[in-house]
Amino acid sequence: MTNRIRRSSSAARLIFLGAAWALLAARSGGAAAAPASKELLVFEAASLKDVFAKLAQRFEKDNAGVKVVANAAGSHELRTQIEHGAAADVMASADRKHMDALLSAGLVVAPSVFTCNEPVVVVRAALAPAIKTLADLPNAERIVVGVPDVPIGAYTLQILKKAATKYGADFPARVEAKVASRELNVRQVLAKIALGEADAGVVYRSDAITARGKVEIVTIPADLNVIADYPIAALKAAPHPDLARRWIDLVKSSEGAAALRDAGFSACAAR
Amino acid sequence: MRRGRDRLIAIVWPVALGTLSGALLLLVLLPIAGLLFTSSPGQLLRGLRDPLVAPAIRLTIATTLASLALIVVCGTPLAWLIARGRGRAWRFLETVIQLPVVLPPAVAGVALLLAFGRRGLLGPELAVFGIGLPFSSAAVVLAQSFVAAPFYVQAAVAAFRRLDPDLLLVARTLSAAWPRVFFTVALPLSWPALAGGAALSWARALGEFGATLMFAGNLTGRTQTLPLTIYTALESDLQTAQSLSIILVAVAFALLVAIRAGGRR
Repeated sequence: MTNRIRRSSSAARLIFLGAAWALLAARSGGAAAAPASKELLVFEAASLKDVFAKLAQRFEKDNAGVKVVANAAGSHELRTQIEHGAAADVMASADRKHMDALLSAGLVVAPSVFTCNEPVVVVRAALAPAIKTLADLPNAERIVVGVPDVPIGAYTLQILKKAATKYGADFPARVEAKVASRELNVRQVLAKIALGEADAGVVYRSDAITARGKVEIVTIPADLNVIADYPIAALKAAPHPDLARRWIDLVKSSEGAAALRDAGFSACAAR
Repeated sequence: MRRGRDRLIAIVWPVALGTLSGALLLLVLLPIAGLLFTSSPGQLLRGLRDPLVAPAIRLTIATTLASLALIVVCGTPLAWLIARGRGRAWRFLETVIQLPVVLPPAVAGVALLLAFGRRGLLGPELAVFGIGLPFSSAAVVLAQSFVAAPFYVQAAVAAFRRLDPDLLLVARTLSAAWPRVFFTVALPLSWPALAGGAALSWARALGEFGATLMFAGNLTGRTQTLPLTIYTALESDLQTAQSLSIILVAVAFALLVAIRAGGRR
């Protein structure tokens, strides 16, 4: 009996020592990487993920000891998380609706639009000759769009409605007849076309250029297009308001604008 | 000294058991309670009035019943072969057929696309016959069958293995041919276990989400089953999502109760 207890207590000591060692190792490792570790938590629309990752490297170089932690998801999801008390510093949304909701709930401070994104038609590479303009879209056998409740789906409906004035009143119906699926986010629309399962769809240019080679991009005429605004804001309850401010400044700087342009985003000035 | 320790154990043991089990019970029960009690019945009924709901219910019933038929009709013979089979190849097959149970749903979706999609293994052959599986109701049935079949096959293999080999032997020596042994001895004796496996399979098919979304897409009335409707409704109307979730919880619970009742006999 005593023997067993002694053995178990020595096992416990071993576990304790192991844990203490792991803790120390983790701390010293962490200390080597960041002397005074602060984490800037950025909530970002999924389409911003790659650009913001690039900007985060820059930011961490300029602000020693700060680590940028990204939470990339659909704008609607991000909004829900913030409404339920997520302790984020910055929110960058892919449309105004969700930012406006956060503003009227008093959760964010002074949002401003920092970039824009242009919906384009993407076509499965093999089918590119058949679909050269938006007007050719009904030539596709299978079209994939976003559900009307996510921004890209709503923009698609608006674009089709506008196009009806130019390509005939039945244009939306002719497109609708070919719709094979309504996806819940842009990347899934793109994936179905890049995989070759669907022929064409509507996504943002910033998404389309990530699949260059697999899909062809067809620009939508400016007078028929609906441009997406991307607003950014610091949270009212941001744990690091100064850093949040600095992050927003970086995103809106010429360096930020250049990174966004490289990723397919566009300046919003033209309206 | 020793008595003191015994008394301590007599207190600590039940408290530890109670606390730990209570924590897990709460984790499972609280979300269900959240689903059930955060909306009034009126609100829940209103949630069901969404135009997405009726087509989704019809499609879900049709596709899951088709999947169940496919699973039972093809899965019963397969289970019989595995249960009677001797040798490593059969054990290996038994393991392989269980694979969908542990695969992440997205993997199942990708796998189905790479098998039956336009660029998949069978894509060109299917195209010859003018069959395009992705984005069709048939794709929904394939996705459901893929993930749900193992539950039925496993139950059926176990049931067939439990049959008394002497009984089958006697039937054979009484000059019954194998088909007759199968239909008049094996099936009737295994019936309750087969029904339990089928119910479990059906429950899994009802809940199928990831593979369907990847392989069949999301189109009202054609491929948008209840789980996809819930996910879609989350973007606009939480009430609809909640009402539909309660329906699925109720059906799943009823199936579980039925399976347990069947198992006890």
